[in-house]
Amino acid sequence: MAQLFHPSMNTFSRMTIFGAVFLLGGALWLASVWSRSNYVTEVGVVRDQPVPFSHVHHVAGLGIDCRYCHTSVETSASAGMPSTATCMNCHAHIWKQSPLLEPVRASYRTGESLEWTRVHDLPDFVYFNHSVHVAAGVGCVSCHGRVDKMPLMWREHSLHMDWCLECHRNPEPHRRPREEVFNLAWERPTKEPTTPGSHAAKPADHAEAVAGHAQTDDIHLAALEIAAAIPPGYDSDVARQVTILTSCSTCHR
Amino acid sequence: MTPPDHVATQAAAHSSVQPPDAPPPVLEPGHTLSTVTDKISSIVLTAPPPRSWYFGLAISFALVMLLMWTITQLLWRGVGIWGINIPVGWGFDIVNFVWWIGIGHAGTLISAILLLLRQTWRTSINRFAEAMTLFAVACAGLYPLLHMGRPWFFYWLIPYPNTMGLWPQFRSPLVWDVFAVSTYASVSLLFWYVGLIPDLATLRDRSRHRLGRKVYGMLAMGWRGSALHWHRYETAYLLLAGLATPLVISVHTVVSFDFAVGQVPGWHTTIFPPYFVAGAIFSGFAMVVTLAVPLRAVYGLQDFITERHLDNMAKIMLATGWIVAYGYAMEAFLSWYSGSPPEEYVLVNRMFGPYRYQYWALLACNIAVPQLMWSRTVRRTGWMLFIVSILINVGMWQERYIIVVTSLHRDFLPSSWGMYHGTKWDWSMFAGTIGLFLALLFVFLRLLPMISIFEMRTLVEEEKHVHGGHSDTSDPRGPAP
Repeated sequence: MAQLFHPSMNTFSRMTIFGAVFLLGGALWLASVWSRSNYVTEVGVVRDQPVPFSHVHHVAGLGIDCRYCHTSVETSASAGMPSTATCMNCHAHIWKQSPLLEPVRASYRTGESLEWTRVHDLPDFVYFNHSVHVAAGVGCVSCHGRVDKMPLMWREHSLHMDWCLECHRNPEPHRRPREEVFNLAWERPTKEPTTPGSHAAKPADHAEAVAGHAQTDDIHLAALEIAAAIPPGYDSDVARQVTILTSCSTCHR
Repeated sequence: MTPPDHVATQAAAHSSVQPPDAPPPVLEPGHTLSTVTDKISSIVLTAPPPRSWYFGLAISFALVMLLMWTITQLLWRGVGIWGINIPVGWGFDIVNFVWWIGIGHAGTLISAILLLLRQTWRTSINRFAEAMTLFAVACAGLYPLLHMGRPWFFYWLIPYPNTMGLWPQFRSPLVWDVFAVSTYASVSLLFWYVGLIPDLATLRDRSRHRLGRKVYGMLAMGWRGSALHWHRYETAYLLLAGLATPLVISVHTVVSFDFAVGQVPGWHTTIFPPYFVAGAIFSGFAMVVTLAVPLRAVYGLQDFITERHLDNMAKIMLATGWIVAYGYAMEAFLSWYSGSPPEEYVLVNRMFGPYRYQYWALLACNIAVPQLMWSRTVRRTGWMLFIVSILINVGMWQERYIIVVTSLHRDFLPSSWGMYHGTKWDWSMFAGTIGLFLALLFVFLRLLPMISIFEMRTLVEEEKHVHGGHSDTSDPRGPAP
């Protein structure tokens, strides 16, 4: 009987059988890398904006506070985008002939809002509240990065769920005194004991901090009520809070 | 490619005498190595398919189209087109999943456990029973995937480092199910394929078409039938049988945990794992009989699938049927013995509630009908056993329906009681998976030998020893195919 296959088929079939393992493994690795790549997460990607607004100039150069433009960041879910009138507070007087600012003036004349391209856009099934994070002492910089060093706005973090959970599972290292929330350059004093892993050692301080915030924030108060209902066994405040922070329904309501 | 003539003449010469106390043969007398190979391989290679093959494939293919249409509707409109809603969130989808997975179990039992127990009669039914397992698992797998609503996220069930920073809930039996069923599917596939390799080589050597030779040759992986090949084959096959054996028990045990781990009255019971496994084997053998009886009639395989096979399968059904009956009895006893009103009510509700007809139908099909198999005539008459097996299949489907639906529709809170009925889409999906199962089976019958050729040739030789008296020193499988 004639040969069905050329002898090279032996090598070829071995290669394909054993190669398939590597091919499959490689494909999975590629998918994993791709899903975390900047191409997908848009980290560091500058989006086109109607006006090339520079945070470097306004924040670092002029020293304008975040809250001058993002007025509702302490009181509501959305940080708020400034109305054109806010821009015109200054730009009615300075740079009033600049062609770059023509869209701003046009918006002011016609009453049509400027349509900024959203850089930090969470999926609609995620409930996110700025005020709760501010009240809990999470600095702007923790999520948005050094905005005062961004000539044009980009995304500093992936906004992936594992990135959210990294903090929600262990919030202490990411918290700061309430008055330093808007200080982008603030760094944790090295002597302070609340470094990662040691937060459980000082429950009393933590309870004070939580209670302090609770007075200023209704939503947080509600969270504390839930925490109070958690049965014994979760008797550390930190554990209680982490239980709330990692509950599915905290973010997916 | 055919065995030497002297083997054939010897076999023909002394196959007729049978000692009176020997069990009936697993291969009818008069067969030689070459007649076995010719008969089985010709179904694939030379004989035109019987008209009933075209007829059956046409009907089952039409049902596959119905399945496609149902899935399209389902993905387009969502699982709301099914009858499921609170309080009955698991309906036909889970009923059919359990039913199909259960059917698959007979294939694994026949191929693995009966191999280890050296039951030679398994030889002529193991190939298509294993194929049946694979196709049943394929049908079963469709249901939980589509039940998810967004099946394109099925890979969330698999633990892998993901951007959500989450792992599946390892404490949930639904996750164990993913492991159990996927292991089962892959081991069954491997077992089936490894068992096919020597036969694929036979087909390669006998095929008259160039394409056929190439394809079978590729699949036979260079099998030449050398002693080294056979040695490795036997080792691998035995190892796979060892691997598959615990799966017969574990898969349906894990499926039963889907219910037993929950606290719903009627589900939360420790009898479930053994009772589910027995039920699975019961329904699986019923399906093997449902397939074997028409197959042997249409393809004239009465010599290979003999009355002894039907008899043995009927006995297994009778035995597992009694285990299942014991399960029902224990369920009833414990619901009374528990002293817990919701548990007690489950039994009353099953017997006299809105689903009472299904419950009594289930008892009739699964307990009463199998008792017919005490009769030797029923066990050995194809059409009678066929009817019994169909009724058992119906009964086992009713059983899963009763377990899933009656437990959910009236649980602890009377204010949230409700009724469940399958919609036309539930039924079309069920009919569609039956079509898929049959269509795959028809294609299998046309492309691969439905009975293991080389193992049947071993039987030719063994029959000679048992029924003929002579012994032959040549390799029982004959020369390399």
